[in-house]
Formats: sequence, structure tokens, C-alpha cells
Amino acid sequence: MIDYSKFLNDKICGIKPSGIRKFFDIANETDHVISLSIGEPDFTTPWHVRQEGIESLRKGHTWYSPNRGFSELCNQISNYYARRFGIEYNPDTETLVTVGGSEAIDLCIRTLIQDGDEVLIPQPSFVCYEPMTKMAGGKPIIICSKSENDFRLTAEEIEKNVTPKTKLLILPFPNNPTGAVMRRQHLEEIAKVVEKHNLLVLSDEIYAELTYGKERHVSFASIKGMRERTIVVNGFSKAYAMTGWRLGYALGPEEIISQMIKLHQYSIMSAPTTAQYAAIEALKHGDSDIEHMREEYDMRRRLIVDEFCRMGLTCFEPEGAFYVFPSIKISGMSSEEFCEQLIYSQHVAIVPGTAFGECGEGFARVSYSYSLKHIKEALERIERFVNKNP
Amino acid sequence: MDMLLELLDKNSEFNLAQLAAMLNETEESIKNRIDKYKEQGIIKGYKALINWDKVPDSGVTAIIELKVTPKPETGFDDIAKIVTSYDNVESVYLAASSSYDLIATVKGRTIQEIAEFVSKRLSTLDAVIGTATNFILTQYKEGGVAFYDDDDNDEQRSLIL
Repeated sequence: MIDYSKFLNDKICGIKPSGIRKFFDIANETDHVISLSIGEPDFTTPWHVRQEGIESLRKGHTWYSPNRGFSELCNQISNYYARRFGIEYNPDTETLVTVGGSEAIDLCIRTLIQDGDEVLIPQPSFVCYEPMTKMAGGKPIIICSKSENDFRLTAEEIEKNVTPKTKLLILPFPNNPTGAVMRRQHLEEIAKVVEKHNLLVLSDEIYAELTYGKERHVSFASIKGMRERTIVVNGFSKAYAMTGWRLGYALGPEEIISQMIKLHQYSIMSAPTTAQYAAIEALKHGDSDIEHMREEYDMRRRLIVDEFCRMGLTCFEPEGAFYVFPSIKISGMSSEEFCEQLIYSQHVAIVPGTAFGECGEGFARVSYSYSLKHIKEALERIERFVNKNP
Repeated sequence: MDMLLELLDKNSEFNLAQLAAMLNETEESIKNRIDKYKEQGIIKGYKALINWDKVPDSGVTAIIELKVTPKPETGFDDIAKIVTSYDNVESVYLAASSSYDLIATVKGRTIQEIAEFVSKRLSTLDAVIGTATNFILTQYKEGGVAFYDDDDNDEQRSLIL
């Protein structure tokens, strides 16, 4: 019998599996579960975008693409960031097409972080930043964003956690799971601290198109002096409902992107070719699709926030992404208990806030990337649960 | 188009508070608007979408095409109203088609009952020149709702992280 533990990498073995995953398994074992737990659009990719993917296959475009991604796609990404967020990137030197936003995050962290480097990670947030930092040998420094600040990260919180070893700040906004967004003035305050301590910033803007209300997403790279300090990560999954195509990108200073490309070249080679053809179409003609989906999400968001507040689950109004993050403290249960009991008694699956970091305790993530009919049914069940457990 | 009508068209089960939240209006304004739509005859009623295929002995439905002679003053309205007046007629439309003018959906307990209705009640009307009866075998979609069970996309999504 081989003792595999002698062979396995300690760093990898020390990493915990995602808490969302664990919870999803419980839900899967229970019958007739209605879920509000999934973090991907319920829409299918717009038909004209799918058609371009199909057309590329029909033409036999089945080879690798250039490492960086097709130049037409890089051009379109560059146009898109200029058009939607007002920042110019050179498509030939400052753009890299990746396998989803996740790969871009991984490349960025591995390119920048080495043993002992500290990375500031606001939580609750998407689950990958902390393990990726550890795998790169870095030290994650967790900053708990607070409900009283509408789950925004503040300049003071960064200032408190900066040390001479701090190298990188992760800026995950619009935020999964809280739905928090940062306004220009908040980013400007953070920019001062970033400049003062000579930090770099990984701005994960995957939900940039999904903001509600008058003000659009502001990219951190568009703040004065921050373009040269920021690696922007974005992708097609959330904005164009293209999760399964696996396509994202990174934008940033040539000196950093050119190093990230080496890593990408040796581990991935190039992003999926078919997906790149579809993505070109999405960027060229997909603005109205984004708008249509955004309006639909917004309606669901207002319904769900209103219903939660009526039930007594206080809920800060999320302004981005497609999640609400209600406080479940009124139940007297922990997040995990609440979500487990909700599955067992009413067969509704939501994700405990703690899956996104310990400071998510007392909250739960509820996704509204479901049809109104589905949401309505789930809300009725949640209300029955809340009434039984006052 | 008014989003309120679109929402009610999709699902009339939302209560005033839910509609108000979704449309960012007050409950009072939603109520006033619905009342006005009712007054204007725009909202004609609410009913359930029933998949009759799943109900045993629920009868049959046919789509009847009618070729008719319009009247000088009232056109197709008079004959359409006569067809509409039968209780077993579910819906009546005027069509722009070279082969027929009116389309009616008719419910009956049996095929024979519908056949009898068409031959005795519809074909015998003066204005009706000809009819074609199409019996429905399976209903896949009604009122924007698919009736087959694998409709739910949510089942196909697997949460991966």
C-alpha cells in the first residue's frame, strides 16, 4: 500500500475545499430541493452569440488560438473597456484572454506573490483568493467588510492591515456574495492608501455589468494614478451568460501581463477557440442583451429584498451582482444551522455566509439568478420557515 | 409596453406588495393602474394555466378554421360574435389568410361531440362557406408556459465552487 501523503504537496493538502461545494452536496442528498444557491446566470447565452460559436465550428476553426487570444478579440475587449468604463488598454501588449476570470486571478496572484508576501483580501468574498494566495506562498490578510458600511471596504481598514510586506490588495466589487458596490469616492480614498504604501491591486470586475440604480460600475483602474497599479480581471460569464464557455481576461501594465502570459502559455496554452469567436460577437453586438438581463435581475432583486425585509430578515440593499445577503441573526441560529434547517424543513437551499469567510457568520447568500416563479415559490417556503423559528 | 401588464401576463399570482416592489412603485399606484386596466377592458380576467393532458377524461380540443362571407356593414364582427357566443368555444380570432377567415378553438368531451358541433352549429350558419377541423393531440405550450417537464433550466446547472 502506497502512503500517498508522502507524495502530496503539503500546501495543496492544507487547503480546505469550498464551503459552497460542501453545502451543495447536502442539498443534493435531499429530495425536492428548490435552490437559490447557484452563482451563475439562469439565462442561456444570447442566440446570436451561440450562432457565431456554431459558425466558427462549421467553418472548421478548431485550432489553438494565439497564446494571448485572437487579436480581434483583444481589440474588441480593448474597445469595450474604453466604451463602457473609460479606460484605454493596448490590445497587443496589455490584454490577455484566459480560461474564465478564475484563471486570470490565478495567473495574477502567482505572477506577483512569492513566499512571505502579504495579500489583503476583503471578506465575505468569492472563495478563490485565499487558497490561491496560499498556494503561491503568500500570506492572506483577511479584512472583514461590515454590514454597517454596506459591506464596502474602507481606506481605514486597509491602512490598519498594511505592513511592509503587503504587496497586493484584492478588490472584489461588485461583490459576491454581498452585492456591495464601491462608488467613485470610496475608490478614490482607497487609491490614496494604495499609492502611499506602494501596493498593487487586483480588481475583480466580473460583475461590472450587473449594477442597479443610476450609477454604473467604476473600474478601479479608471481612478487617477491607479491604471499603472491595477490588474483588471473580467470575463464573459456573468455579463453575457456564458459561464460554460470558460472565457475571461486580464488587463494591466505590459510588464505584468507579459509575465502572466508565460504562465498561461505553459499551463493552458490558449483559451478555447470556439468561445473566443462567440465572445467577439458578444462584445460587438451584445450591449442590448446585457441591458435586458440586467433589467430582469433588477426586478427580481427588488422583489426578494422587499420580501426578506417583510419577513424580518434584515437585508442591506445590494446594488450589484445577483445575490442578496440577508442577516439571519434573528433566528438565533448560526449561518450553517440556519441553512441546514432550511433545507431539512422546507427544502430550500441557500448558502451560509461563512462559505465566503468567517466574517460571513450571521448571514446567508441568496442568489436571484432564477425565474420569478422559482423565486416566488422559494420565498414562500423561506417565510414558512422564518415564521416557525421566530 | 407596460411592464405591469407583462408581469401579470406571465404570472397573475403576484400580490400588490410584490408587484410594487418589482416595479418600484407604491402599492396604491399599482392598484389604481390595475383598476384602470380593468375599467378599460384591457385586463379581462385571471385564470389558471392547466395542463389538461394530465387530467384524466378531460376531453378534446380542436382548432376550427372557418371560411366566411363578410357582411357589407359589419364585416366579420357579426359572425365572429355568433361563434363566440357558444360556451364550448374557447377562443375566436380573425386571421389574415387566403384559405380561411376565422379561427376558433373548441372544447368537447369527445371527438364526436366536436364533429357534431361543427356540422350542426357552425357549418349551418349562413355566412359560413367552409370549415376545417384540426384535432389537438398534445399540448406543448400555452400562455408562454411549456407543458413538458424538462422545462426547468435550473436543474441543468451544477454549482461548482
